[in-house]
Amino acid sequence: MMDNYRIRKIKDRLMRILLWSSLIIAMIPLFSILLDVFINGARAINIDFFLLPTPTVGEKGGIANAIQGTLITLGLASIIGVPIGIMSGIFLSEYHDSKLSQPVRFINDVLSGFPSIVVGIFGYVLIASVIGFSVIAAAFSLAIIMIPIVTRTTEESLRMVPVAIREAALALGIRRWKTIIFIVLKGGRKGIVTGVLLALARIAGESAPVLVTMGYWRWWFSGLNRPASNLALNIYLFAISPFENWRTLAWGSALFLILMILGISILIRVLTRGKYE
Amino acid sequence: MNRQKLEAELSYKFEIENLNAWFGSKQVLKNINMKIKEKAITAIIGPSGCGKTTLIRCLNRMHETVPDAKVTGRVLFNGVDVYGRDIDPVQIRRKIGMIFQKPNPFPMMSIYDNVAIGLKLNGVKDKRKVDSIVEKSLRMVGLWDEVKDELNKSGASLSGGQQQRLCIARALAVEPEVLLMDEPTSALDPISSAKIELLIRELAEDYTIIIVTHNMQQAARVSDYTAFLYLGELIEYGPTRQIFENPKNELTEKYLTGGFG
Repeated sequence: MMDNYRIRKIKDRLMRILLWSSLIIAMIPLFSILLDVFINGARAINIDFFLLPTPTVGEKGGIANAIQGTLITLGLASIIGVPIGIMSGIFLSEYHDSKLSQPVRFINDVLSGFPSIVVGIFGYVLIASVIGFSVIAAAFSLAIIMIPIVTRTTEESLRMVPVAIREAALALGIRRWKTIIFIVLKGGRKGIVTGVLLALARIAGESAPVLVTMGYWRWWFSGLNRPASNLALNIYLFAISPFENWRTLAWGSALFLILMILGISILIRVLTRGKYE
Repeated sequence: MNRQKLEAELSYKFEIENLNAWFGSKQVLKNINMKIKEKAITAIIGPSGCGKTTLIRCLNRMHETVPDAKVTGRVLFNGVDVYGRDIDPVQIRRKIGMIFQKPNPFPMMSIYDNVAIGLKLNGVKDKRKVDSIVEKSLRMVGLWDEVKDELNKSGASLSGGQQQRLCIARALAVEPEVLLMDEPTSALDPISSAKIELLIRELAEDYTIIIVTHNMQQAARVSDYTAFLYLGELIEYGPTRQIFENPKNELTEKYLTGGFG
């Protein structure tokens, strides 16, 4: 009896140790990357870093143009991708008795597993090869990467809204579209925002599709139909360059990108915190 | 049609004719025929799964919102078939309010908005009018004095009984003629239940009420008419007193005396 108890206790303890050590092992790469980026990136950061555009070799410079270009590209991608993603998510969740929903869900899952370089080449063929390397072509490709993420999370968070809530609204004589927009969507708002953030974080770090659609640009933003500078691409191009000042900028850009994603997450979470949660 | 017959028919809020309902291939209502009196309380009783809830959900066309659900037959509401060709189910639901088994206030809305939302989304823009209807509805369910200082709090912050009364106020706000209640007290404690029962009696002055209940005592206490449903069929229907004191059908008697169910 006593032995049995001890064995169970030991098993319990072993299991706990196993879980804890897995957690720690999983955290090691994350924190070592963060630490590296912080230590090396912090050296790059000064006022010039935020105010000046990409320098030439040996000159002073910063990433201001890349921040500008990235924000514009992300903004345009969101304008294209978020509404389509949310609407598809609503369709999948609210009209799941439709014959279309199964194929749409399947295609969406396939799309979310697409290698981003393939999406980039799609954007290149469809847009960049016609109007040239441009913000539009890059934003289009990034939007395609966003859509399946936003769709999936929208569908999942709307499904969490109880059927009783929909029935209550319908029984009041509220039309279905109004029920969805003003009641169901309100209930799933938090999940949708999370999905949009996830998608933004994902595309903010994408460099392959940007590389093949926007090309490389060292100067300020000069129009949606022209290339613009980009943080993720900067990290890639600067990091492999032989120039010391560019490599420092790569570290700085990496740090800035991480902080930017963190900042967006916190900001939007605070802004969308419901009154009644 | 002679005048007497016409008047007799007008006092019926619903005339249900040959109503059948299915979920997929499972038939849950079999050829129901019944007439429901205006401004009276009709209770629908019967063992679980007998089709009580489906019956009332057929009256306001909520049954068809479930995938695979099917209905045949006629439901005359004020003499007009709600399943008629040109009938908009949304218009029907505005006139026939529904209270559910579990209180289901909109959790992300304030108490005020819970009551006002039906009006707002149906196009009532005048804030003063909305204010006064919200107050009137909350007064009717006896909730006004309890919540008037915290109208901005979440509807989910109220107790279960208060939530159910809030749901009744929400239904009343869109000014229906009928209230369908699907076991409205089964999730509540005895004191809250008693309050709701009292409220139902009061509301019957102005509204036609159909209440589904698995609680026979409740049916006996509140209703004027009682219908007994068994395996999707209407077994017996008549004045509550007669059903309880002198049931004509053996099954009804067996059910009422606790023989099954």
